[in-house]
Amino acid sequence: MRFLRLTGVVMMKDLRAELRTKEAVNASLSFALVVLVLFSFAFDPDDETMKSISGGLLWIVFAFAGTLLINRSFARELPNDCLDALISAPIPAAALLLGKALANFVLVLAVELVALPLFGIFYNVHWTAQFPQLMLVILLATWGMTITGTIFSALTVNIRLREVMLPILNFPILIPALLGAMQLTSSLVAGQPITDANSSWLKMLIGFDIMYTAVSLFLVELVLVQ
Amino acid sequence: MSSAAAVTVAGVWKFYGDYPALRNVSLDAEPGACLAMIGRNGAGKTTLLRTIAGFSRPGKGEIKIFGAGPRDAETRRSMGFIGHGISVYDELSAFENLVLYGKLYQLPDPKKSAMQWLERTGLERVKDGLVREFSRGMRQRLAVARAFLHEPRVLLLDEPFTALDDRAIAVLQTVLREALAGGKTIVMSTHQLREALELATHVALLNRGQVAFHGPCTPEMVADPGWVYARYGEG
Repeated sequence: MRFLRLTGVVMMKDLRAELRTKEAVNASLSFALVVLVLFSFAFDPDDETMKSISGGLLWIVFAFAGTLLINRSFARELPNDCLDALISAPIPAAALLLGKALANFVLVLAVELVALPLFGIFYNVHWTAQFPQLMLVILLATWGMTITGTIFSALTVNIRLREVMLPILNFPILIPALLGAMQLTSSLVAGQPITDANSSWLKMLIGFDIMYTAVSLFLVELVLVQ
Repeated sequence: MSSAAAVTVAGVWKFYGDYPALRNVSLDAEPGACLAMIGRNGAGKTTLLRTIAGFSRPGKGEIKIFGAGPRDAETRRSMGFIGHGISVYDELSAFENLVLYGKLYQLPDPKKSAMQWLERTGLERVKDGLVREFSRGMRQRLAVARAFLHEPRVLLLDEPFTALDDRAIAVLQTVLREALAGGKTIVMSTHQLREALELATHVALLNRGQVAFHGPCTPEMVADPGWVYARYGEG
């Protein structure tokens, strides 16, 4: 109970701080919209190939836009040495990580939900065809992206080139989750529900989330205390 | 290693790569003592203080706060730290910052504690103002309130008087004197010898990562802050 309360305190602090400035949210949303618009010039929305790669395109945009947000997670603590105060406070490092990951999850999800209808318009994709299943895939893949991104954000917080290092470290780890999300999203926006034939991707997404959440919560104390 | 000590540092080494920033450092501070750690730039004061605070692990040796490790939850609850930064969030108000830390330290009534410390540091009128709009002196007083909010038994202060304005120095000296009178332990690193030695009961001189002197603060030191450097340091 205490753990969850402290997790909530950290999450609300991060959300409040971000929503006061909206720096990272605005940057991430602008990036997502610009990339979606630019890609729409490069591809013919009526082309059948477009339908088959739409899931991949969408998740590339989500991954890079999400990275912009997640990068700020621990970097936000640097200007006034707030990270020192958080590390020295009597809260479990796992609660600190989970609170930050949940705040990132909410923010990344908000950006994705704004970008999704625009993706449907620009690419002539019926994203509402299997909406509940698409939301499940988005929730699972976004959590995978935020939990690994947040632990790597902690790991790279003191590196000068952290903006570059975070995607370099995070994306290779994310390949299985992104692959699953891309495959499932392409099927779902084409109107095909998740069946036994492709449910293994869904199971892999669930497994990815469980495994990396457990590993991240276990390792975060080592990451934060050098 | 004294079992009664509030802070015990025993045979601590700390390496940055191959470079030993701390070399076999041993010292302690009894409950109610104020230990001033002095030394030239690069002597290892900040490294030692951060290692005591649990921000980094020693390569060798052991650190105990009231007999427990620095990363122990109870130890962290009993420790207050002021570093080079003010450790408050620019995007939050003064009140929101203190309530946040009150919740993180699981105080019974974070809002009440926050208001008490805002009053003590003279910030009650600007409690709802965002920290980014504060003057430097106001930010420093808020940093003091943040560090003392949870009534820590051990205070670790890294250059606490550096860049403070007169009012912030007065606030800090008042709360430090009250803390010492209340039996709290203070370990501070400082270059400002006059302010520090007015409070210190003990002095440790660090020289190139080693303890060159550790003992009680004597009248000679208070009368001439450079005395300890001349006697034990590099001159």
